[in-house]
Amino acid sequence: VRFSDAARPELRDPGARRRRRRAAAEARVRRADAVDGFPGWEALREAGAAIRERTLRELGTHLETLEAAVEEEGGHVHWARDAAEARRIIDGLLPDGVPAALVRSDVTDEIGLDGAEPGPHSKAAVVGAGFLVAETGTLVVADRGDGLTFPGTLVVVAGIEDVVPDWTDLEVLLQLVSRAGAGVPMLPAVATRAGDFALVLLDNGRTTVLADPDGRAALRCVHCSACADVCPVYQRTGPRPYGPGRAGPIGAVLTPQTRGVEAPLGASLPFASTLCGACADVCPVKIDIPAMLVHLRGRVVDARRGRPVPPPEMLLMRGLAWSMGDQHRYERTLVRRARWARLLSRDGRIRRLPGLLGKWTDARDLPAPPRQTFRAWWRRR
Amino acid sequence: VRIAVFVTCWGDALFPATGRAVVRLLEHLGHEVVFDPAQTCCGHMHWTAGYHLEATALARRLTEMFAGHDVIVTPSASCAATVRTAYPRMDPALAGLPVYELSELLVDVLGVIDVGARYPHRVTYQPTCHSLRALALGDRPLRLLRAVRDLELADLPEAGECCGFGGAFAMKNADTSVAMVADKIARIHETGADVVCAADDSCLTHIGGALSRLRSGVRAVHLAEILASGLGAAGPERVPGDLGRADAAAPRSDAP
Repeated sequence: VRFSDAARPELRDPGARRRRRRAAAEARVRRADAVDGFPGWEALREAGAAIRERTLRELGTHLETLEAAVEEEGGHVHWARDAAEARRIIDGLLPDGVPAALVRSDVTDEIGLDGAEPGPHSKAAVVGAGFLVAETGTLVVADRGDGLTFPGTLVVVAGIEDVVPDWTDLEVLLQLVSRAGAGVPMLPAVATRAGDFALVLLDNGRTTVLADPDGRAALRCVHCSACADVCPVYQRTGPRPYGPGRAGPIGAVLTPQTRGVEAPLGASLPFASTLCGACADVCPVKIDIPAMLVHLRGRVVDARRGRPVPPPEMLLMRGLAWSMGDQHRYERTLVRRARWARLLSRDGRIRRLPGLLGKWTDARDLPAPPRQTFRAWWRRR
Repeated sequence: VRIAVFVTCWGDALFPATGRAVVRLLEHLGHEVVFDPAQTCCGHMHWTAGYHLEATALARRLTEMFAGHDVIVTPSASCAATVRTAYPRMDPALAGLPVYELSELLVDVLGVIDVGARYPHRVTYQPTCHSLRALALGDRPLRLLRAVRDLELADLPEAGECCGFGGAFAMKNADTSVAMVADKIARIHETGADVVCAADDSCLTHIGGALSRLRSGVRAVHLAEILASGLGAAGPERVPGDLGRADAAAPRSDAP
């Protein structure tokens, strides 16, 4: 399903739009307090971005360290290629006939798990990890007051990129998540647990993302949700049109990379943004989401270039580029299009245009082009 | 200072009044203005729509065309941002073309805040996304507007939020785009302004087009037109045969 089609029903719910707007406005105020008033913020962002870049570059090494450390603590690591395999592994690890509790995370959402929060009588729990510290094999869940001391079976799920080399790096990342996500200097409760658990590490397209030098920075994400809180598109549409992966700006760059740019969702998500840049401004690990969206738009278009019958948009864009490539062609186009546009106008406005441009005039007028272009005025003055 | 104008394809065809205002303003300030008719398009639309080969060819063309100019001005924050931030990404050899957005040129290069304009209207300023974030114009446009005689400046609530234009976004996600501009227009109406002003005709086409469809009465006017209003004793220049100016409800119009 294309983003634009999935967005239409969401736009019709003014209550939900109002609630998202209010929540986002409150989150922005909190974050502004924690970030603008903190002189070290830019340096902290730089440090966080560098830590995440270095971790991704040496991801194999850190994952081996993590695996060894978890096994030393009595745990075991399982590798899942995709969401279905992750679900199968988790099913096999959980005791039969006992409902498993869930501490949700973006990764547990990604593989489609659900369940209630763990209580004192939970016999088994699945926990979505915040971070995993490689050197000690430690599970970290930010903003969790009641700890991770479940008596029964514990299965931890994480993406392969959620690994953090050591505790020094973790401290930097926790400060970033706290300030950018929750708007506090440090989350009051960060739960940790040493590696006596079954750990399921999920790939699900992440190695493909790592292979693209222009897209890999998306995996720096530390799951703070700041980008969604400032995204004007997300505030109107909510999470659903972004499909089964992450929602908001980070989803618009991750989903097309993990699922490809050929299917309608992956081909439309890079365009589900005005490139306003608000997300890049707040991202605590400096992911340049707009630049990445433009890169992915290039991949969407390139995938269409080879088609035997070019789509109408491609014909239009190539034709425009051809016209713009030469002064005389450009001037001829100006005169012809302006004449044609004036024919469609009334009282200086165009209220309806045919074809692709009709999307504009569905709800907006277009001014009729004046009789004299700027260049014509310049020549005559 | 000898200043080359990059009027932009959009401005050339649809909003020539903006380019004329730039010329009038800079000449009024005593500068020499040149316009090379070989210029076409910076490639912004192709770049952001994913047509990177085509955009890069246009970028090369524009860079070669403006080679040798020390100061180039454009009344479009998004075209200026394309030259500054996208060109080096297309090809590192395309970095460094000295293109300034109008308010940058006035405040940073020419050192002018009060250009001598007079504009008796209540105006609110929309800092477009490329003005605000890509170029970081800050309060330059506001300082210029505050110095305009008889202009009453009204603060726009939630000004930093995108109007929903986004080039291809306005077509590919027309419903969400319109939802965004509807909210933007609600904020504009809250200000009680009769003119909404910005440093970019592309966003103003969107905001102005929606205001026009709604018969809101509020007009979208480019910063350059306001700054070129009432300069000298003769008053604003009129161009014979230019339609769309006389109709106050038209989506965009020349400076009144």
